[in-house]
Amino acid sequence: MEMLSVKNIGISFGGLHAVDSFSITINKGELYGLIGPNGAGKTTVFNLLTGVYKPDMGQILLDGANITGLSTIEINKAGIARTFQNIRLFKNMSVLDNVKCGLHNDYKYSSASGIFRLPSYYRTEKIMNNRAYEILEVFGLEKEAKYLSANLPYGKQRKLEIARALATDPKLLLLDEPAAGMNPSETEELMATIRLIRKQYDVTILLIEHDMKLVAGICEKIFVLNFGIELANGLPQDVLNDPEVIKAYLGE
Amino acid sequence: MSFITYLLNGISLGSVYSIIALGYTMVYGIAKMLNFAHGDVIMIGGYIIFTFMSTLGLNPFLAVLIAIILCTLLGITVERIAYKPLRRAPSLAVLITAIGVSYLLQNLALLIFGAEAKSFTSVIPLKPISLAGGKLIISGETLITIPTCILIMTVLNIFIKKSKTGRAMIAVSEDKDAAVLMGINVNKTIAITFAIGSALAAIASTLMFSTYTNLSSTSGAMPGIKAFVAAVFGGIGSIPGAMIGGILLGIIEILSRAYISTQLGDAIVFLVLIIVLLVKPTGILGKKIQEKV
Amino acid sequence: MKTQIKKLKAQALKLNKTTRSNVITIGALVIAYLICMSMIRGGNMSNLLQNLLVAMCYYSIMAVSLNLTVGILGQLSLGHAGFMCIGAFTGAFFSKIMVDTMDNVILRFTLAILLGAAMAGLFGVIIGVVVLRLRGDYLAIVTLAFGEIIKNVLNVLYIGFDSRGIHFSMKDTASLNLDEGGMVVIKGAQGISGTPRNATFTIGVILLIITYLIIVNLVNSRSGRAIMAIRDNHIAAESIGINITKYKILAFSISAALAGVAGVLYSHNIATVQSTKFGYNTSILVLVFVVLGGMGNLRGSIIAAIVLTVLPEYLRFMRDYRMLIYAIVLIVMMIFNWAPACINWRKNHSFKDVFWNIINKFKKVKEEA
Repeated sequence: MEMLSVKNIGISFGGLHAVDSFSITINKGELYGLIGPNGAGKTTVFNLLTGVYKPDMGQILLDGANITGLSTIEINKAGIARTFQNIRLFKNMSVLDNVKCGLHNDYKYSSASGIFRLPSYYRTEKIMNNRAYEILEVFGLEKEAKYLSANLPYGKQRKLEIARALATDPKLLLLDEPAAGMNPSETEELMATIRLIRKQYDVTILLIEHDMKLVAGICEKIFVLNFGIELANGLPQDVLNDPEVIKAYLGE
Repeated sequence: MSFITYLLNGISLGSVYSIIALGYTMVYGIAKMLNFAHGDVIMIGGYIIFTFMSTLGLNPFLAVLIAIILCTLLGITVERIAYKPLRRAPSLAVLITAIGVSYLLQNLALLIFGAEAKSFTSVIPLKPISLAGGKLIISGETLITIPTCILIMTVLNIFIKKSKTGRAMIAVSEDKDAAVLMGINVNKTIAITFAIGSALAAIASTLMFSTYTNLSSTSGAMPGIKAFVAAVFGGIGSIPGAMIGGILLGIIEILSRAYISTQLGDAIVFLVLIIVLLVKPTGILGKKIQEKV
Repeated sequence: MKTQIKKLKAQALKLNKTTRSNVITIGALVIAYLICMSMIRGGNMSNLLQNLLVAMCYYSIMAVSLNLTVGILGQLSLGHAGFMCIGAFTGAFFSKIMVDTMDNVILRFTLAILLGAAMAGLFGVIIGVVVLRLRGDYLAIVTLAFGEIIKNVLNVLYIGFDSRGIHFSMKDTASLNLDEGGMVVIKGAQGISGTPRNATFTIGVILLIITYLIIVNLVNSRSGRAIMAIRDNHIAAESIGINITKYKILAFSISAALAGVAGVLYSHNIATVQSTKFGYNTSILVLVFVVLGGMGNLRGSIIAAIVLTVLPEYLRFMRDYRMLIYAIVLIVMMIFNWAPACINWRKNHSFKDVFWNIINKFKKVKEEA
């Protein structure tokens, strides 16, 4: 079953085709890797999928619904959540509150209930707390729940960002270099966590990564992007042995 | 004919705003701070000229020259003592410090020169010329102000584009850290910027108080704010923007005072600013900045 | 099981922390209030200070409400006094036309406060919709512009009423064309005079506590988290589906409405309310309270507002020098608080360290002896 179906999307900045005729189909439950040399346009693809940029052409379907040109907020509500290459946490808020922000649209009560502390405030906050702790536990962050998120070590900040994205209950999760800056054992742990959340939350994942070990280790399919266009697409062993791909990575 | 008189008065006032706005825009572009005290440097300049000319009876040109030198020194001193330590502090902290400096200058002037407003004597010796059989009268102040403004703009533009210091300024305004790596002395460049801005403030004060002769400790504040509006209006950080913004603002102000309402002149100026920013959020000549995701 | 217990403990701790902070702040306010009242009863308070009591309350409300915009929403506003102005005029207008028909002072003043807040909040929504798409310094200058427009328009506004209804004019009293027996309520630059002076210290303190609770409760709720998320990282906030425009306007308009409350308190404390009082200078004064009290720190805002309202009055013995000293204190404090060099120095020379250094030296001396 198709979860995400992207047809020929593209965008140019000042005449430069950052992404050109990008097409990809991701089935429900799949773990897809998006790789490519620096400046290949990987993050731009994420920005197009999440509505940060509006594509100049093409179409994006999520679960059959057309989400092309929607705003970031609407796209998140439709079921796509993401993390960022340069971590974007809510730095002056606690770890718990970061996750609770992710629950914002699923558990609601009015501002007035919050200000006047009406019963719905206590009821909903309790549910939100429990739910947030559940998610934090998956990432092993429950002990740091009260810490200021800026005070977490780097690896845990990356995890918290994934936890926050997951809290929005997405169908499709986009991870932008989740292992960047991690040491091998942290990467190992992250791979285990990604496998776990796939099972537990029934979520489809598209991830950008430079760490080939991670990509080859957990991705079921790999898409290679170079200069904004598709270079290869398919099963890991085929793609990673493709002479074109090797050439793009290692040069002539 | 009265329309042309108003228009000329507007351009004249606008020229003063432009010169003040230059100080704002250069400092903003290079030090990324709103120098709220800039308007008060104008007031101080006015008092210096007043003291040397009216009280000590010095030649007006000499008085203006002394004011330019003293204001430049004042600008450098304020930058060195109050702003330099805060170079890496949050912009709000710098803004409040600038407000503190503004209070300081105003109260210093109040203490030295008293609360009573002084009447400034025009330093411009030209007599008004009358055209079209006396229907159109152009004051000497207007005749001097407009060319002075154009001259300053031209010189400043050449200075920034051609001189080494000017190019250092552009480099610092683009990227402070990269400028350091290129061997540019950032502290010196910022100090020079403040010096130029303050010298211009002294010139602006000469022209402004010659036309609007009421001089008190708060008479720099509102022109300062309006010049800041002019800088934002034209696109803050842009030198031609400051010129266009200043002149447009002066024209709008004088015309709306003449034809709409005397008391609502300021309100109309601010309303135009809001409309411009809504249509073009970075001002007329401002660059669009897109945040990288 | 173990994590379960820890979880509960953690939750209990969180509840305690915010509640404790609230109790401390409100408790301190109540105690300060009681001390002031007993001093007034005993005749131990100078007239000077007595006259400042209500001012402390409305400046505190201003500071706390501006902190919602600046510290919690993270948007710089230089036009907060404009909302105070709207609240002041709306409240005073209502009280003045109702003073003869409505005998119940408490009800009338409550209505005046609610109306003032509603009107200021409404302007907050309108202005917020227009300006909140701008950022940083552009937002600052546009809020300043709005504040000045409000001040200037009210300065030339004439409103009167008679048997035929309400009349407006932007020119003068005569052009209102009132019937005989009509009353001019807003007299242009002269503003509104003769407002019933219903504002008392007690009401001021109650309003301050209510304001404080509204903001604290808002901050510690779903909407508050959304507001702070926008402050910390608006791109990330959007990516998790938080409606940025909605929450910006929400915070901005609540902040405006509370400034309106401060305005009503102000206009019912003095004989005449004039719009010139509410220029950018007042906005900046309140911003100074917020920055000195600490961004996002509500208790700090109240303390700064009280201290800086009282301080200039107590510096009166220095006469002409007092504002000069105020300015110098402000600059020195900003540099001391924010200059990287000073921050490092304080890190190495904290009171605690100095204290322990001295103790340790003593110990050493003792041991050696």
